[in-house]
Amino acid sequence: MNKRVGQKTVVFQNPPEIVGGYNVVGPKEGQGPLNAHFDYVLPDTYNGEKTWEKTESSMIETAMNEAIKKHNIAVGDIDYVLAGDLLNQITTSSYAVRQIGRPFIGMFGACSTMALATAVGAMLIDGGFAGKVLCATSSHHDTAERQFRMPTEHGNQRPLTAQWTVTGAGCLILSAGQSAQPDQAVPTGQPAKICVTAATLGGILDYGQKDANQMGAAMAPAVADTLLTHFYDLGTSPEAYDLIVSGDLGTQGLQLLKELLGKSGFHTLDNLQDCGCMIYHANQDTHAGGSGCGCSAVVLSGYLLDHLRKRDLRKILFIGSGSLHSKESLLQGESIPGIGHAVVIEALDK
Amino acid sequence: MPASIWLNLIPAFLIGGLLCVGAQLLMDLTKPQFTPAHVLIVFVVAGAIAGALGWYEPLAKFAGAGATVPLTGFGYIMGKGAVEGAQSGIMGVLAGGIGAGAIGITAAILFSYICAVSFKPKG
Amino acid sequence: MTRQIKVTPQEFAEMNKKIRPKPKLLRNCFMAFVVGGAICLLAQVLINVYQYLGIGLKEAVTLGTVSMILLGSLLTGLGLYDGIVALGGAGGILPVTGFANAMVSPAMDYKKEGYVLGVGAKMFSVAGPVIISGTITAFLLGVLSLLFR
Repeated sequence: MNKRVGQKTVVFQNPPEIVGGYNVVGPKEGQGPLNAHFDYVLPDTYNGEKTWEKTESSMIETAMNEAIKKHNIAVGDIDYVLAGDLLNQITTSSYAVRQIGRPFIGMFGACSTMALATAVGAMLIDGGFAGKVLCATSSHHDTAERQFRMPTEHGNQRPLTAQWTVTGAGCLILSAGQSAQPDQAVPTGQPAKICVTAATLGGILDYGQKDANQMGAAMAPAVADTLLTHFYDLGTSPEAYDLIVSGDLGTQGLQLLKELLGKSGFHTLDNLQDCGCMIYHANQDTHAGGSGCGCSAVVLSGYLLDHLRKRDLRKILFIGSGSLHSKESLLQGESIPGIGHAVVIEALDK
Repeated sequence: MPASIWLNLIPAFLIGGLLCVGAQLLMDLTKPQFTPAHVLIVFVVAGAIAGALGWYEPLAKFAGAGATVPLTGFGYIMGKGAVEGAQSGIMGVLAGGIGAGAIGITAAILFSYICAVSFKPKG
Repeated sequence: MTRQIKVTPQEFAEMNKKIRPKPKLLRNCFMAFVVGGAICLLAQVLINVYQYLGIGLKEAVTLGTVSMILLGSLLTGLGLYDGIVALGGAGGILPVTGFANAMVSPAMDYKKEGYVLGVGAKMFSVAGPVIISGTITAFLLGVLSLLFR
C-alpha cells in the first residue's frame, strides 16, 4: 500500500497512537474556559524563574518530563524528541531538552509547530524509524512580546485584530500502535486508542498581508489551501470530521477561512473551530483570541485529547497555522508567509 | 493659595486633551505600518517647526502644561533652542536643540536607569 | 470541488477589508481626550504649586515636566503605565509621561541582558526616533534661521 496519497497527503499504514500528553499554561489561560483540561497552571508568569525565557523553557521541560512520568515511559525508550517554539534559534526547546539526552529534532513552523511535529513524529513511527516520539511546543506571552513587539511594560493600544500570545507548553507522546495485542481487554464503549491516521503538510502561501497585528489574515489562505488539498487528496469533505480545528487564526482569521472555503464550494462549516478562539473568554480582553505555538499545543494535549478519549469527538482534523515572519522582515517591507499543516486524529476501536 | 491661580487648569486640560485626540486620530486613521512611534515623530517635528516660527509660544502661554507636557512641547523647546542658539552662530545651532531639551532627556535617562535597577517588569 | 483556492490576493485583500473591525474612533478619541487632558492638568497643578512655593514661572514649568517624567517612570516601574495607555491610547502616549514610559520599559526589560549591552544599549530603542527627529529638525531650523536672519 502506498502511504502517499494525492499531492501532499500521507495516510499511515499502522496509525501511530497518541499515548497521552501533558500541558502547562500561564495564569491567564488558567482563567479561561478550558481550565479543566490543563494539567498545571502557573501561579504567575515567572513561576520563580529569573527571566521569562527560563520560565518558558522550564514549562516545556515540565510538560515533557511529566508526560513521560504520567504514562510510565522509560526515557531511554524515546527515540526522538521533536520540539519547537517561537524564539530565535528555538533556544527554549534546546535548553529544555538538555536533561533528556535523547536525539533532538528542532522544529520550526511558527505557530503551526505542534501540527508539524505531530505529523513528522507519526511519519517517523510509521516509517519504522522510531518506536516512541515526544512532540512538544511552547510559547510565552512575554518572551514573544519582547522578541516580536515592544518591551513588556511599554504602553500601547492593541488593535482589535491583535491576538494574545498564549503562555503555554504542551507535549504529546506518540507510540507505534500496539496492534500485536488484540486481546487486551477494553471497556465497552471506550476507545482503545487515539491515533494519528493521516497528515497533509502544507506549502508556504503568501497573500501579501503585512500587518503583524492581524496574523489570522496572513495565515487563512495557507490554511484554506492545505484543507482543500487534504479534501481533494483523500476525496473527503468537511462533513467527514466531527471537528476541524485550526491553530490560531483568531476571530477574523476563522471568518476569512470560512469565506475562502465557501468560495471553493464548501458551505456547511459548522464543525470549523479555532484553538485561538477557544482558549480565552470574550471578557479577557485578548481582542481576536489567542496565538502562538503554545495555543494549539495546549488545546490539543488538553481539551481535544480529553474529548477524543471520551469519544465526544471521534475524528478530528487538527490544522496548525503559522506565520513565518520576523520583526526585521516586516520592517524591511516583506509580507507575511503563511503555512498550514493538517493531521487527522481519530479515536479508534481496537 | 488664591483661587484665581487654578483658572489655568481648564486650558491645560482642554488643549492637552485636544492634542492627544489629534494623535489618536493619526494613530487610528492611518495604515497599521504607521506606528505610534511615527505619530510621535510627526508631533515632535510639528512642535519644533511651530516653536521656531514663534507660533507655539502663544499656545504655551495660554495652555501652560497643556502645551508643554505633550511631546509637541518637547519639539517646541528644541526648535526654539536651536533658533535662539543661531544668534551666536553655527555652534549655537549645534548646541541649541539638545541643550534646550537636555533637562528632560537627562531626567528620563536617570529615572530609566534607576527604574531598571529597582524594578522587575511584570508583563 | 477544487483543490485550489479561488481567490486572488487582491480579492482576499478586499475580503479582509470588509471583515476587519474598525477602531472605535469615538470612544478612543474621548478616552485620549480625558486621559491626556488629565495628565496635563496634573502637570499644571504641580506647576502652580511650585510657583506658589516661590519658584519662577520658567523653572516651575521645567520642574513640572521633570516631575511628570518621574511620575511616568514610577508608574512604568510599578507595571501600571501600560494599563493607562491601553485605556487612554494617545492620551497616554503623547504626554511626556509616555516618553518616560518609552525609555523606562526597554531599560527594565533588557536588564536581563546586562547593564551595559542591555539597559545601556536598549534604553533608546523605543524613544530614540523621537530624540533623533527632534534634534535633526531643531538643527535644520537653526541653520535656516542663520541663513535668513
